[in-house]
Amino acid sequence: MELIKAAGVNVIFPKQQSCCGQPAFNSGYRQEALNVARSQLACFPKNIPIVVPSGSCGGMLKHHWPELFAGEADEEQAKQVAARVFELSEFLVDVLNLKLDDLGKPVKVAIHTSCSARREMGVADKIESLVAQLDNVEVLEQKNKAECCGFGGTFSIKQADISGAMVADKSKAITDTGAEILISQDCGCLMNIGGALEKQGQSQRIMHLAQFLQERTGE
Amino acid sequence: MNNPNQQFVQFEQRIHNALDNDQVRKNFRHAMSGLMGKRAMAFADDNELQELRSQDRLIRANALLKLPQLLEQLEAKLTENGIHVHWAENGEQANTIALEILNSHNAKTVVKGKSMVSEEVEMNHFLEEKGITVTESDLGEFIIQLAGEAPSHIVMPAVHKNRKEIARLFHEKFPHIPYTEDVDELTLSARQIMRERFEQADAGITGVNFMVAETGTLCLVENEGNGRMCSTVPPLHIAITGIEKVVEKLSDVPPLVSILARSATGQLITTYFNMISSPRKEGEKDGPKEVHLILLDNGRSHVRMDEELLETLRCIRCGACMNHCPVYVQVGGHAYGTVYPGPIGTVLEPQLSGLDKIGTLTSACTMCGACAEVCPVRIPLPKLINRLRSEAVEGKHGVVGLRGQGSLRKSKESFIWNAWQWLYSSPSVYRLFLSLATRLRFLAPGWLGPWTRYRSAPKPAPKSLHEMVASEGYDHE
Repeated sequence: MELIKAAGVNVIFPKQQSCCGQPAFNSGYRQEALNVARSQLACFPKNIPIVVPSGSCGGMLKHHWPELFAGEADEEQAKQVAARVFELSEFLVDVLNLKLDDLGKPVKVAIHTSCSARREMGVADKIESLVAQLDNVEVLEQKNKAECCGFGGTFSIKQADISGAMVADKSKAITDTGAEILISQDCGCLMNIGGALEKQGQSQRIMHLAQFLQERTGE
Repeated sequence: MNNPNQQFVQFEQRIHNALDNDQVRKNFRHAMSGLMGKRAMAFADDNELQELRSQDRLIRANALLKLPQLLEQLEAKLTENGIHVHWAENGEQANTIALEILNSHNAKTVVKGKSMVSEEVEMNHFLEEKGITVTESDLGEFIIQLAGEAPSHIVMPAVHKNRKEIARLFHEKFPHIPYTEDVDELTLSARQIMRERFEQADAGITGVNFMVAETGTLCLVENEGNGRMCSTVPPLHIAITGIEKVVEKLSDVPPLVSILARSATGQLITTYFNMISSPRKEGEKDGPKEVHLILLDNGRSHVRMDEELLETLRCIRCGACMNHCPVYVQVGGHAYGTVYPGPIGTVLEPQLSGLDKIGTLTSACTMCGACAEVCPVRIPLPKLINRLRSEAVEGKHGVVGLRGQGSLRKSKESFIWNAWQWLYSSPSVYRLFLSLATRLRFLAPGWLGPWTRYRSAPKPAPKSLHEMVASEGYDHE
């Protein structure tokens, strides 16, 4: 929010917001998902962009709300909200055309783009281009970069051991790069990979893209 | 009756067996990385790929739309061409038809080309019980037949085995062949064994990749030439496939073959591409004297009745979805416990066998979308998995009833979602919850069930976003 505000844009934070409904939707509980999603419809009455700082929430709003509300009385309203949704990195690059001045010390980072940002929203290149603007930041490439980290919401509980095997591979790939910081645009992946790295006793910092950009460019 | 709970226990057991086997996991990781790399090289031009995917999607969707009339046309054309057509509603019928054809020729030995539909109906097992000797002639299928195992991949059935395991298996089953780990020598041994079987076989059984309604042609895609041997050397050829494999026109075939080979193995075209249009004709010196086609339904007509789920039937069985699936690469094909594993199996199997029997497969997906991204006919696999999840616990969306709808609903889970819904749909309750969670963060447990087996527990932040925003003075509307 501070990043967007610093670019001279007035930011509104609807107080009534809670959740897009994705956890229930992905677990098959569509009625519960619909009820929660419906409680959010009134949060976004003005015809202005809706910026979501997580690819999977963005994907839910943009692509699955129209499915979820199909045939409902408020379908049109849901579609209008969906059409205004931007993932944060997408908004910073495509709408604000943000120019960044790196004020930080030299650092090596690894980037994990969430599957929903990469494939559902199609914005994997945005986080890369933002970080590439930072002169003192070196991006290290990891093995099997486009592979899922194994979070998958309730998947990580329902199929805990497969999820554990996946996050083990992902966290090893990241550790092998030697990066000091892991950046992602998705909180779910960060919680998953970050939790695994912490449990393994690794010392990388785990940062959301917004947090990282703010730290590199703010006073 | 199936006990829906039993499938959870069995699936979990298979997953543990798979995750505990480091060698098999290494074999899968190695093989899948190779296949992904080869596919990527074969589709260097992304625009061409995307156009071809759209074209092939349309070809398959059109065929499914017109399925009844195309099947009638196909039957008429095949009959005109001298190929006998048989209809099987289920596996039992398909096997019985095959047996009757074999018996009417007094055929006792069969060579088989690779066919997932024959796996689906467990044809080998059935025929062997009736005293018929069946030899799989595809190298991968031959290996797993020797080992007494099921395919772990729809294109590369023995992909779970590495060279050393195959070397040991060959030496054990054929002691007269000296032990070797040399791939060429192993292949040559298999070839020599196979040549004798081709010569002796009374009949050949193969699958079919595409059937052309316009011309009555059966297309068979393969790399080893064994499919051609099975369909030309023995005097009798029986082909078996699912009813959905029909396409309307001959011109539909090239774009499908092109994308099938490239998606599956990264080849521009397979080494052998067979187009079977009749038995041996008068004056011809080779080819089978009789050709039969068994068309299997086995639940496919039912799948077709749902306008969303029918997309499942577009599949051309390239295996790209499993090659790119991050779950499949960890657990391999056998963990699924089904004939078709990976994303397409997760979608197809519960529809064919019932959610009450195998619906739990749908839990083994992170919705990462890697499968849908590579699917040559643009099947929205995650969307269909999500739909099946909802059918399994809610079971009310489909116009047509799926078997086992609602059977996986558990009272504890629905209670949790109900509570979640109550919390998140009421802004004031939600903010109270957030505020309590942050104030009582010192109480946050360090152990969170299966989550903390592999990770540290997340801790609530000292201040919720709602509280931080309030103190920063942002507008609320």
